Amino acid sequence: MTLDYAIFLISAAVAVFGATMMIMQRNPVASVLYLILSLVAQAVVYVQLGALFLGAILIVVYAGAILVLFLFVIMLLNLRSNPELSASLPPLGWFTKVAVPVLMVVELYFVVDRVIWPPVPTGIVGKNPDFGSVETVATMMFTDYMYPLQLTGVLLLVAVVGAVVIARRESAEPRKTTASPDNRNEQPIDTVAG
Amino acid sequence: MLEMILITAVKVFMVLSAVLTACAYSTYLERKVVAHMQHRVGPLYAGPYGLLQPLADAVKLAFKEDLVPDNVERVTYALAPVASFVPAILIFAVVPFSNGFTWFGYDIPGVISDLNIGVLYIFAMTSLGVYGIVLAGWSSPSKYSMMGAIRSSAQMISYEISYGLSIIGILIIGNTLSLTEIVAQQAAESWVFFGNWYIVKQPLGFLLYITCAIAETNRAPFDLPEAESELVGGYHTEYSSMRFSMFFIAEYAYMLGVAAVGATLFLGGWNGPFLPPVIWFLIKVFLFMFLYIWLRATFPRFRYDQLMQFGWKVLFPLAIANTMGTAVWVVLSGQ
Repeated sequence: MTLDYAIFLISAAVAVFGATMMIMQRNPVASVLYLILSLVAQAVVYVQLGALFLGAILIVVYAGAILVLFLFVIMLLNLRSNPELSASLPPLGWFTKVAVPVLMVVELYFVVDRVIWPPVPTGIVGKNPDFGSVETVATMMFTDYMYPLQLTGVLLLVAVVGAVVIARRESAEPRKTTASPDNRNEQPIDTVAG
Repeated sequence: MLEMILITAVKVFMVLSAVLTACAYSTYLERKVVAHMQHRVGPLYAGPYGLLQPLADAVKLAFKEDLVPDNVERVTYALAPVASFVPAILIFAVVPFSNGFTWFGYDIPGVISDLNIGVLYIFAMTSLGVYGIVLAGWSSPSKYSMMGAIRSSAQMISYEISYGLSIIGILIIGNTLSLTEIVAQQAAESWVFFGNWYIVKQPLGFLLYITCAIAETNRAPFDLPEAESELVGGYHTEYSSMRFSMFFIAEYAYMLGVAAVGATLFLGGWNGPFLPPVIWFLIKVFLFMFLYIWLRATFPRFRYDQLMQFGWKVLFPLAIANTMGTAVWVVLSGQ
């Protein structure tokens, strides 16, 4: 057994363990921490494949930015462990609980089988030295996948606008009842914490 | 194979002990410099010129009682100091501290790991640093800790974007993400030994880098997360003994890490005439550290809304403008 193989087995096991523990926690902060563990292990797998850039981006974007935001929201809502989650599921819930993972595994099998691995790879590390390098990813992003990239940007913008709309509707209610003449409720979001 | 592992292990040990010693003596430097700027003398009694003061502080902290308040979230409370300490130390894995040298017939590069995405690795590590602070604030049963943690995470997320954008100019000009290559590009070509340093080509980028770096490391005048006059100690209010000192070491290790990266990216790394490369590197890191302390002794603290507005409405547009300007310049000059 080579060192590469051992590292892959360990990091894959840690990634699966983190993902499993994430959905089994009642405490939301513990869930986030297990998700970070899983992401770091996945980054190790990417690095082993030679895709250093993707591994680093996984840490910078997901672990470094998005999950900090998750943690931030959990802190602001002050969610501790939620005893309601231990209540028994409705009958349909059990069906979904089993069906969705099975569907996902089947789907993943087809994706991996048809799209990602058309030729049989040799060994753990791929043959192509440029696989996942900054240049390859950037070239693909700005040539072949230019329109999907732009569309994703628009999609994210729509999501942000939607979030702002939802957040505003909630804060509009107390403003009518207090009937304050000044616009104190219209402070920008960034001063709320101060 | 075995020799490589051994050489790397020795290098890791040397860099780690150098960083930890530098952390301890940064506290001494800070107290001395701030004291003299305020017409005081600073630590004086432990050893000659008070030079043993960091040792005395370390011993004092180690022998203090480790108090754990009631109602803490035990696991995250214990995890937080470690989560803030580890990424700070890991930054030094890719910082080139010297040129390569030959020793007993082995070619030894002057860096622990010459990663070809070194710059991204550093951003990955600095972006993980916020977890220690957030977890500390969340798991302590105290409003002050919570406020400190919320302020800190908002501040670090806001300034991280400008921090990242401030060095994109260098990456565009240098066309690489490897720190070793960036240092090699800044080697002297004539008697003007600093002519190729990126501070000359990217003066605005340098100013943005320093400003964002100070905010990233929560130092004065951006030290809102631990504003003593409002929040007691901020996120580490409920910590004592060695756990507190881990936060303390982590803060100084972050400062040193950011200083070392700044010296590498903007001040030519270990390049310089006459003196050995390691000495040049240490001089540049020292200059950064002195600047940190100097600014702390000079400027009053920002108000929180000023801090946020400064980050989003001044630094962020400037960083974007710098990136765009550099890109246009590189295309027009045909490099």
